[in-house]
Amino acid sequence: MRNDPANQEPTGPVLAADGTPLKKSLSRALRRQKMRALLLIAPLLAFVFITFVIPIASMLFRSVENDIVANTLPETVVAIASWDGTTGELPDEEVYAAFARDMIAAVAEKKHTRLGSRLNYELSGISSMFRQSGRKMKRWDPVEDAPFKEKLIDLHDGWGDVSTWAIIQTYSAPYTSGYFLTAIDMQLTPEGVTMQPEDKRILIRLFWRTLVMSLVITGSCILLGYPVAWLLANLPASKANLLMILVLLPFWTSLLVRTSAWKVMLQQQGVINDVLVWAGLVADDARLIMINNQFGTILAMTHILLPFMILPMYSVMQTIQPSYLRAAKSLGATNWTAFWRVYFPQSVPGIGAGSILVFILSIGYYITPEIVGGTKGVFISNRIAYHISSSLNWGLAAALGTILLAVVLLLYWAYDRIVGIDNVKLGG
Amino acid sequence: MIDKTGSEGFVSFDHVQKSYDGENLVVKDLNLEIAKGEFLTMLGPSGSGKTTCLMMLAGFETATHGDIRLGGVSINNIPPHKRGIGMVFQNYALFPHMTVAENLSFPLEVRKIGKSEREAKVQRALDMVQMGEFGGRRPAQLSGGQQQRVALARALVFEAELVLMDEPLGALDKQLREHMQFEIKRIADNLGITVVYVTHDQTEALTMSDRVAVFDDGRIQQLAPPDQLYEEPMSSFVAQFIGENNALDGVVQSIDNGVALVKLATGDLIDANPINVSKVGEKTRVSIRPERVEFDMNRLAEGSHTLKAEVLEFVYMGDTFRTRLRVADNDEFIVKTRNAPDQVRLQPGAVVDIGWMPSDCRALDA
Ligand SMILES: Nc1ncnc2c1ncn2[C@@H]1O[C@H](COP(=O)(O)OP(=O)(O)OP(=O)(O)O)[C@@H](O)[C@H]1O
Ligand SMILES: [Mg+2]
Repeated sequence: MRNDPANQEPTGPVLAADGTPLKKSLSRALRRQKMRALLLIAPLLAFVFITFVIPIASMLFRSVENDIVANTLPETVVAIASWDGTTGELPDEEVYAAFARDMIAAVAEKKHTRLGSRLNYELSGISSMFRQSGRKMKRWDPVEDAPFKEKLIDLHDGWGDVSTWAIIQTYSAPYTSGYFLTAIDMQLTPEGVTMQPEDKRILIRLFWRTLVMSLVITGSCILLGYPVAWLLANLPASKANLLMILVLLPFWTSLLVRTSAWKVMLQQQGVINDVLVWAGLVADDARLIMINNQFGTILAMTHILLPFMILPMYSVMQTIQPSYLRAAKSLGATNWTAFWRVYFPQSVPGIGAGSILVFILSIGYYITPEIVGGTKGVFISNRIAYHISSSLNWGLAAALGTILLAVVLLLYWAYDRIVGIDNVKLGG
Repeated sequence: MIDKTGSEGFVSFDHVQKSYDGENLVVKDLNLEIAKGEFLTMLGPSGSGKTTCLMMLAGFETATHGDIRLGGVSINNIPPHKRGIGMVFQNYALFPHMTVAENLSFPLEVRKIGKSEREAKVQRALDMVQMGEFGGRRPAQLSGGQQQRVALARALVFEAELVLMDEPLGALDKQLREHMQFEIKRIADNLGITVVYVTHDQTEALTMSDRVAVFDDGRIQQLAPPDQLYEEPMSSFVAQFIGENNALDGVVQSIDNGVALVKLATGDLIDANPINVSKVGEKTRVSIRPERVEFDMNRLAEGSHTLKAEVLEFVYMGDTFRTRLRVADNDEFIVKTRNAPDQVRLQPGAVVDIGWMPSDCRALDA
């Protein structure tokens, strides 16, 4: 029969010149290419891993991590497990003794104040209890000073309160959903999961406000940015360059300076109010309040994020050839129809890209709402910053951050389902 | 040069001028009458103002001076979308976000034509360009030639009486281009539409057109049917631009009985047909087609002037022979002869006598 490999029936595997199956030798050749490509991007991968993946993973972890109770009070955690707090009775001496031993050891290592601060997030006042008791318990002996129940209750009333022990029991597990519950205005109590009291429910409202205001900011950026991007793409080069410089100008000044400038403009004794009063449009005693509220935040952030909307729109519009509009008109379309049916649909990917960019940037924005937002115009990120730098409740900050991340991913997914992510173009 | 036969033109340009910058005239005094049903081609080198003329007709550029009329009505102040002129763009300009059928349906929708009628018309137009099965595709999923057909169908679907095409075949390869030339011509003839076609491919212009307007430097140099353009060029530019041409410079020695005696720079004398010359002593450039040059002196009239020529190169081209000669210090003198059994094959180095009928040698502007 025929031995010429080139004439082989197509049923068997195709062989390369040296007799190995073609698929195998192809994948071998490709593997070497892939390895080389991987080596080239290795520094970037390492950088991304260290600066992005690890911090996010640690944030996710921190939002549920709760080993401080079990680490600081190892014996108490075991002893209190069988206690039933719902009866309203205090735990028995065994628990108090375990607690005293744990505390004496913790005081020696100065770990008790940290635990106090941690539990204070759940029950206020508990922090000072730990600090005061710690000072006295430093001199106690774990064997000779027994029994401890009476002594501890003498030391501080709080140790005779059922809720103190209930909190310790509730938070004795190494992982907790407590931070997440707090982040959505709920709480983990000994009786189970309940809503926070009415006056403490602020975070959901803050999330909601952040979303709505980000949408409003994105919307105003589209409205203001579209005509500018259109001009940029359609003006002759020299004028377009000038306009481009104006668009990019904000990038050359510090964000802080720009935001502070808005403060100067908008405040009640500020430039705009002065002009309005001078022009007689507004009475001197009825100056407009345009700052330290939502209006101020929306205005300043629209201004600051506008370039992020204009640039992707512009780079998409630049690829739309003018002959499309001419063709539409030659086919009988009015200027408006030609724009709406032919130009606009082709510019949608730019709007999509700009919107995603602006929305995601604004949902996590911090400086501007902090400066011009007052109390009514702050975002969830300001709350996160507060918990990171002032209240030091990093667990709650991490839970809030995780929820924010989840919301963004969810919206991204929804956007992909509705608009299609291939419909997002940054140009080209 | 105005063609008098088309004075009742369907389209007419009347002393039209155009300047983009206020300093240079891109179109200088254009007068052109196009008859209904005519296939007119604007041919000319790059930058000669062809696209500009087309754009003024379509309404995307305004004439700086003069009047453009369509069906006797001045359209200077009518916006493009009300002119009802079909247009095929060089890059096709098919809307990328619409399917082929939606592209074709667009001009019908803006004319508020009902859905069923619209669909019928779209299908008919697609069938006409043999694209009936591609209605659901996006332009990006079509080959260049298929896009070209769709663009043509779109320009025709709303039954425009006048269709403008600006280098519609420029992006296609040679074979496809020749095929599409034939298609466009066939469809235009079948529908009886008037076509203004822009190209800088002279073969395209000669094979498709009823008349060709040769543009140069913002003016029509000659407006004539293809055969007349090739055989009777009225200026050196046209002679040079259309087809292959041999040119020799000289001075008119005498004009007698419709034959001009021209003295070349080398002192040789030749006979020529005086087209653009009238006076003795005038400078002229004579022009002769390569296939009209004779080696066989027996075929020439008694007393004809002949020239000595040295053979530089002989190229066998199958159906023809192409011989390059040095004639009166011109190294690029080409002679084309038919491949026939008795035809001589001149060898390089040989010196021969050449001549021509005086009527085939045109004395034009220098
Ligand atoms: N929008 C414009 N602004 C300024 N000058 C222009 C413009 N369009 C064309 N021109 C100039 O007008 C002249 C004629 O251009 P036009 O496009 O009509 O040439 P054309 O004959 O179509 O050439 P081609 O065969 O290269 O397409 C050129 O010199 C060109 O530079
Ligand atoms: Mg052109």
